[in-house]
Amino acid sequence: MNVLAAGTGGVNGIALAVFIFFFVAVTVMGFLAARWRKAETESLDEWGLGGRSFGTWVTWFLLGGDLYTAYTFVAVPAAIYAAGAAGFFAVPYTILVYPLIFTFLPRLWSVSHKHGYVTTSDFVRGRFGSKGLSLAVAVTGILATMPYIALQLVGIQAVLDVMGVGGGPDTNWFIKDLPLLIAFAVLAAYTYSSGLRAPALIAFVKDGLIYLVIAVAIIYIPIKLGGFDEIFQAADAKFSAANDAAGKPVAGLAPGEAGQWTYATLALGSALALFMYPHSITATLSSKSRDVIRRNTTILPLYSLMLGLLALLGFMAIAAGVKVENGQLAIPQLFENMFPDWFTGVAFAAIGIGALVPAAIMSIAAANLFTRNIYKDFLKPDATAEQETKVSKLVSLLVKVGALAFVLTMDKTVAINFQLLGGIWILQTMPALVGGLFTRWFHRWALLAGWAVGMAYGTLAAYGVASPTQKHFGGSSDEIPGIGEIGYIGLTAFVLNVIVTVVLTFVLRAAKAPDGIDETSPEDYTADAGDPGVIEELPPATAGAAH
Amino acid sequence: MSDAPEVNRPVVTPVRVVIAVCLVAPFVAMLWVGSYAKVDPAFIGIPFFYWYQMLWVVISTALTMVAYQLWQRDQRARKAEQVRGGAGR
Repeated sequence: MNVLAAGTGGVNGIALAVFIFFFVAVTVMGFLAARWRKAETESLDEWGLGGRSFGTWVTWFLLGGDLYTAYTFVAVPAAIYAAGAAGFFAVPYTILVYPLIFTFLPRLWSVSHKHGYVTTSDFVRGRFGSKGLSLAVAVTGILATMPYIALQLVGIQAVLDVMGVGGGPDTNWFIKDLPLLIAFAVLAAYTYSSGLRAPALIAFVKDGLIYLVIAVAIIYIPIKLGGFDEIFQAADAKFSAANDAAGKPVAGLAPGEAGQWTYATLALGSALALFMYPHSITATLSSKSRDVIRRNTTILPLYSLMLGLLALLGFMAIAAGVKVENGQLAIPQLFENMFPDWFTGVAFAAIGIGALVPAAIMSIAAANLFTRNIYKDFLKPDATAEQETKVSKLVSLLVKVGALAFVLTMDKTVAINFQLLGGIWILQTMPALVGGLFTRWFHRWALLAGWAVGMAYGTLAAYGVASPTQKHFGGSSDEIPGIGEIGYIGLTAFVLNVIVTVVLTFVLRAAKAPDGIDETSPEDYTADAGDPGVIEELPPATAGAAH
Repeated sequence: MSDAPEVNRPVVTPVRVVIAVCLVAPFVAMLWVGSYAKVDPAFIGIPFFYWYQMLWVVISTALTMVAYQLWQRDQRARKAEQVRGGAGR
């Protein structure tokens, strides 16, 4: 590693050693995961949904590992560091997610297990008998997931930079990116060989580390900084100075009058979007019963609490005098300044591994979508289960390579912009998916038209948002037409989407446009494990490893 | 619940209304940003805005738990009724 350090100045040797230790340990686990509760068959269910056999705790870790990514851990406090209160919307957002899961995901679980659906597009095709609509959902899912994976890499990069192995601006690009390339090659290799089992197992380590780091950070750092009073006073002083300099309120400890609509619409829109992402659906469908999902909504909020505490680290970075140009580096830098070296290593390992778990799940989810809804539906309808798994594995590799290329060749802001667009886009699949779970009233063509309108409006509106540093895609909020307040573009696009869908459904129904064939029946939506026709979980091959 | 009369249960029952309230309450509380967009009173130095929302993480968890318990009881009662009533529904 000395070679890598050449020319970069301060490499934190102890932190780096601890980081590498955890990374190697996790890699070994990732490869061994293939043998964990494995069934004999080679099917997409096995590789891509872990045999659909995960109980409450595994599902909890998997979902937690999946939804609270390294990027979240870096970006949420970074937003607070830069803008104060406005960045805290992540907390109400995660509060609102759970009542939503409680209401609609058990129905999706049931119908998926009855009909063997692996993706949301599978369900949409089965429910509305429309390959076009299913394709729209699949493409949206893949497009929205790719930049998300890229952002995980940005998270790892931030940590590597602060440790001093990211290389200075004048280092050779290959040496500069080598650590990231290694991390990614490892991730790709064990996802390929172990499927969803690898991230599920690693999620235990990741969450253990993250809980530890946050518990220590939230107690140790305030004590060192002289208590929360001092911390918030320092933050207030910084924001007041920033507001004076800008001549208008740009940051503060509580959102002003004008920022409240933005805050609420961002929280609601993000909550609605979260469970449209293919990777959260993948983690949900891999649980072994409907009940596991509902029970999880009562324990998952622990993560929200953690996220809230983590967000406060943004203020601590201000109080600790951390000055970084790139906000993403604020938290890693805070850790390095505050913690003893060995614990900095633990904290960085937590963030690094925290990036690997979701990146693995996301690439699997995107691969499932491609295989089921593009490859099988359009390219090779008679594909066997083995072929499906093979294609899925290959695509998961391709998706990751794509994300890597994205991060290495383009500016980081491009990844962030696309991620922002991804959130707006994925929300537009909600009427088809959630609407379909509760009613068959919507017409398939109306849903497709609504989706197109939502996508177009969302993209155009986001393109038009300028910020002090960029001309386009400067943010995710814009004026809501007709209300005049500033709100989340994704939510506005979603409302437009629903209006178009409803109006066109009336028109199409009046015109007696052909309705697709619905292969599901009302009982399918409430079926539970053990009911007739529900696909049984595959038996665990290694007894004792269960739960 | 065991001595409930053997008639078709309506879709909307008091229990289900309570479940709905439990699930809707967090939305009302969190989306009404004006109700908590202030700094005072602070708790151990943390402004109201922050500790109030973190408190709601706990409250909403408790509400979801109540909803979960009630829902399970509701489902069990309905199942038992179906078994007893034969062509109950």
